[in-house]
Amino acid sequence: MTKLALTAHRSPALRLPRLLAGISYYDIASLRDHEERYGPLPLWGTSGRRRPGRLIDVVDASGLTGRGGGGFPTGRKMRSVAAGPGGAVVVANGAEGEPASCKDRLLLTRLPHTVLDGITLAAHAVRARSAYLCIHGQETELRDALEHALAERRAVGLDPVPIQLRGIPGRYVASEQSAIVQYLNDGPAKPTFSPPRPHQRGVGGRPTLVNNVETLAHLALIARYGDRWFRGAGLPAAPGSALVTVSGAVRRPGVYEIQPGSSCGLAETARVIRYLADENAGQCGPCMFGLPALADAMADLAYQGCTGRAAERVATLAGLVDGRGACRHPDGAVQLARSALRAFEADVRRHDQRGPCPAAARPPLLPVPGEADWDWA
Amino acid sequence: MVIDLHGPGLWYTTRAAGLVTLLLLTASVLLGVMTAGRLSSERWPRFLTAGLHRNISLLALVFLTLHVGTTELDTFVSIPVIAVFVPFAAAYKTFWLGLGAIASDLLLALLATSLLRNRLGYRLWRCVHWVAYACWPIGLAHGLGTGTDRATTWVFTLTVGCAAAVAAAATWRLVTAMRLGAR
Amino acid sequence: MSYELRVNPIACDGHGLCAELLPEVIELDPWGYPILISAEVPPGLTEHAKRAAAACPTLALLVGKATGERG
Repeated sequence: MTKLALTAHRSPALRLPRLLAGISYYDIASLRDHEERYGPLPLWGTSGRRRPGRLIDVVDASGLTGRGGGGFPTGRKMRSVAAGPGGAVVVANGAEGEPASCKDRLLLTRLPHTVLDGITLAAHAVRARSAYLCIHGQETELRDALEHALAERRAVGLDPVPIQLRGIPGRYVASEQSAIVQYLNDGPAKPTFSPPRPHQRGVGGRPTLVNNVETLAHLALIARYGDRWFRGAGLPAAPGSALVTVSGAVRRPGVYEIQPGSSCGLAETARVIRYLADENAGQCGPCMFGLPALADAMADLAYQGCTGRAAERVATLAGLVDGRGACRHPDGAVQLARSALRAFEADVRRHDQRGPCPAAARPPLLPVPGEADWDWA
Repeated sequence: MVIDLHGPGLWYTTRAAGLVTLLLLTASVLLGVMTAGRLSSERWPRFLTAGLHRNISLLALVFLTLHVGTTELDTFVSIPVIAVFVPFAAAYKTFWLGLGAIASDLLLALLATSLLRNRLGYRLWRCVHWVAYACWPIGLAHGLGTGTDRATTWVFTLTVGCAAAVAAAATWRLVTAMRLGAR
Repeated sequence: MSYELRVNPIACDGHGLCAELLPEVIELDPWGYPILISAEVPPGLTEHAKRAAAACPTLALLVGKATGERG
């Protein structure tokens, strides 16, 4: 039985939460709750004034990218599916394969109608004739919650294209998009060689739009509030908000709605190392001189870069300082620096060659104490 | 060789040895400042400065012994042996000779603690070394006060030269230390 | 009889005499502080190691009998 800690990141200035607004700890949001909060399903084209493709333009303009890990521009994917010979398929991927991740589960069990709206809107936009929502077959709790929600919608004839709930095998790679497509084609739930990709030939040989359920949930809100609203959060290069699961040795594990790229790992590391450097006892030369130099090098990598040598300098200084103090203080800073170089490897390369990412200029995230008391007594 | 205990030979030796001691001690102080100030170059390594500082101090002791020894042997003025070590115990030029005794004691303490540094530990050695900074100015004063050559120009010039050198070195050391902070 | 070298990093003031007197084993970092290339005194260099330890102005370099224990 998985336990969920439900916390929405509340930050009035940034207009979050969005997806998680009004989420209830215990209850599934019913169709009525959903419509009360967000209004009715804005299926465009019913008045004849808007064509189905209009939503694709809006999604394009919003800059929404896949929230299943791929990060592919959603508008572009929808456009290529819609451009196919017709009779498209929409597949919502709710099979959250990542063991520590529960953001999709959260959406599907507490806010299913947001996701289901997204499926219907996407189906309409790409002129799909079938729609599937896939979850791992053994997730009975999920299945029950979703069947209930689907029943609510069927009762009022909400979805022109009925959404079919499908259970797929529980293996990790079974939730990969081509594996799902192959499974829906009555094959094994294993990834296939591409080409063709699902958007070209997928379920039943038809152009298939495969999207993560969170992506479709965002789409449901974009359809209501527009692309400019979506871009009101996040960065120009990474607009909108995203759900992340925070677990492990943290004080408040749970699913958080954040703005992607809200902190640069290298910048945060540089700040912590600067603090550690300032906190040296002033007794041992390698620590007194080496840690500030390490902090400078880390700051250079995080905020300047472009020399192609900043990362190397961090590594060299780390090696010089390691183990040469009377206590383990410098060792701790070295470990932090080295693990940052490993964990943010991609960022390191980009910073080194092209300079800092926009996230480095954002307000700091980690709490680093200001002026220390300088009390040695 | 017969030492003429009555003639001026011993007296000249005393004065000469005293002057050389002053010169050597001055050199030692300058080398000490160089050590602390980490003055060195490609051709002049730091261990050379440190080694010279040590050896010149030891050499100063040799000449000090000669200076004191010849004073004792000289029968022109009677100075009890005790006055060599205990300040102000002599009747002749009590104050100025007393300064000499103080300076000698300090030098002996310096050398003893330095040679036994490994066993005594750094802190004790450092403490004595600081106190013993007084050795040089007291010795200089002793020379000016007791020396019968003070009226001689070249001796006076030499003394002033030593004082100027140490003053300059001390100033340099203070200025650089303030600028660099810890070092 | 083998000896091992240790630096007391608190006492060390970066004078650097040790690196001059025992360059085979001691190098200086960019700030003038000693890096021990090996903790063990190579055979034949024992006297040099002892001289280096004696020459240290702050007695920060220590030469002791090898215990085989990590400091």
